[in-house]
Amino acid sequence: MLDSLLKNVEERTGYFGAYGGAFTPEILRTTLDELIAAFEEARKDPSFWEAFRAVMQSYSGRPTPITHLENLSEALGGPQIYMKREDLNHTGSHKINNVMGQGLLVARMGKKRVIAETGAGQHGVATATMAARLGLDCTIYMGAVDVERQRPNVFWMERLGAKVVSVEDGSATLKDAINQCLRDWAFSMDDTHYVLGTACGPHPFPQIVAWFQQIIGQECREQMMAATGRLPDRVYCCVGGGSNATGTFLGFVDDAEVELVGIEAGGAGLDSGRHAARLAGADGSPGVAQGYKTYFLQDEEGQMRHTHSVAAGLDYIGVSPILACLRESGRARFEAATDEEVLAAFQTLLRREGIIAALESAHAVAGAIREAPGMGPDTNVLVTLSGRGDKDIFTIAQALNDPGWQRFLERKAGR
Amino acid sequence: MNLRTYIQSRLGSRKILLMTHVIVGYPSLDVNWRMLEQMERADVDLVELQMPFSEPIADGPVFARANQEALKQGLSVDEYFDFMGRATERFGFPHLMMGYYNTVFRLTHRTFCERLSRCGAAGFIIPDLPIEEYHDLSRLSDEHGLNPIALFTPTNSDARLAEIGRRGQGFVYGVARRGVTGKRTDLKAGIDALAARYRAASDVPLALGFGIAGGNDVRQLHGSCEIAIVGSALLERWESGGEEAYTELLDELQNARC
Repeated sequence: MLDSLLKNVEERTGYFGAYGGAFTPEILRTTLDELIAAFEEARKDPSFWEAFRAVMQSYSGRPTPITHLENLSEALGGPQIYMKREDLNHTGSHKINNVMGQGLLVARMGKKRVIAETGAGQHGVATATMAARLGLDCTIYMGAVDVERQRPNVFWMERLGAKVVSVEDGSATLKDAINQCLRDWAFSMDDTHYVLGTACGPHPFPQIVAWFQQIIGQECREQMMAATGRLPDRVYCCVGGGSNATGTFLGFVDDAEVELVGIEAGGAGLDSGRHAARLAGADGSPGVAQGYKTYFLQDEEGQMRHTHSVAAGLDYIGVSPILACLRESGRARFEAATDEEVLAAFQTLLRREGIIAALESAHAVAGAIREAPGMGPDTNVLVTLSGRGDKDIFTIAQALNDPGWQRFLERKAGR
Repeated sequence: MNLRTYIQSRLGSRKILLMTHVIVGYPSLDVNWRMLEQMERADVDLVELQMPFSEPIADGPVFARANQEALKQGLSVDEYFDFMGRATERFGFPHLMMGYYNTVFRLTHRTFCERLSRCGAAGFIIPDLPIEEYHDLSRLSDEHGLNPIALFTPTNSDARLAEIGRRGQGFVYGVARRGVTGKRTDLKAGIDALAARYRAASDVPLALGFGIAGGNDVRQLHGSCEIAIVGSALLERWESGGEEAYTELLDELQNARC
């Protein structure tokens, strides 16, 4: 399925249509070539995918289920809505799929140290978990702004034995943490692997991350067939860098009758300039940064703009070249949900189904809620819930302006 | 400009040439101008003018912050080219554009080459553009008399070095060690062997940079390469000691050249 996309490569390495490539300083070239070779060898080894599935089963509880959201479906009065429960993974999100997969690659390559960027902290926690389990040294780069707003994740990363480095450069968010990883790696590549957390960055990262994350789409396909006897009519995923969307979409990309919809962070609204929508709306444009070519939120001269989202994990300037390609070919459609819509969708899912969504994942829910009334009762919709929100309690309680929580914080702080 | 001929003629009067670096817009265009005046006084041989970028992945902390500050003050592409034009008119040393590929990509290869050539630059150094992605940039830079400077790094295989070397003109920018700009380089550790590998892969003059910080470093490079590149150390000197300290370091570098 990934291969059918890679056929668009035009004989250029690591391209998906016009997007992707490897635009890095020459110093990283050999390391990237070694990673390509290790990945190709692993990919051709049938036992590797089986080993990956086995690890995900025994360590993370895969396959994650799909849940029929009967109450929400009834309330919206349109299609039957099914939810892929990536929130039920170990460490609480789909990030662990890619991390454990890259962990297997690290073991094959014999490296002793891993580094990773993190925005919301979920990828950082997942990487620190993998490093603890495999006995690897681990350094996590995190924007200073994110360190502030995601303290609980910093706590767990440090407790898991990782060194967390606060990045003060630029906008002190996810993109700056990625720059810092690339700089670390330019020095440390001999014994260090960079566990990039999303389907972005220089080739072969988009391909590697998509390959591991396609486990989501493969399971979805089988589970929807088992539950409903057919493929879903429409699939919704949230899109930050795009790893859960890419992974889910790959399960259906060759089935033209399944409509694929990615929901980006609309922030304060697409016309406000304060959002992180690269593919939806008209603010994104092609560019080259952080090692790859894709749609970026940048000014006319190619300087990256500050992005905004209530969800730190979607607060990013670029998007997977695989998704840029799917948009250009018309295979996938991209929309944006505002912070306000997302908080409403978060609460609707909580109250109607008892599921605590991560704010990132609640974007996909918001997209489905907005569009469901226009769909017939005989249609089926699949929504990927990429992660759970209970560990984001500080962010969510603040976003919901919860008075009891506020008093609790004041009492704790006053002690 | 035929950079190679220029470099060879300068080598008649000194053992090694000196290339220095300015991040345009940091700390300000006025200070940049004074830096160039000091470089002229010290008879610097070549100068890189860096176009700031918001995601400078090849730069260490000193330059990364300078990129960011220059952009915060609003430096635009137009102002950059304007500064380049004024500098090439006023100062005799060749000027090279240094910057990241997105600036070039957004302008288009053609416009980039036209504008760069119109303002008198001798060539360009783009650290995040691999040779596979040059496409028509090679032909266009030829047409506009610009030298695309090839970058060699210690992790490249000999075969890769040869491949890169074939595309470069003017001189080769040899990266002296791993990592990003700004960190000290231990020049005793195998720099001769590295320089020899670089030299075998190309027949144009060799420059070495990354972590070259003072006169002793430059002296150590005598015989290893034709050009010593000093960047972050000079900027750090301006930041810590102002123009006077900057001038002192330039003098030290100048004296280490003969």
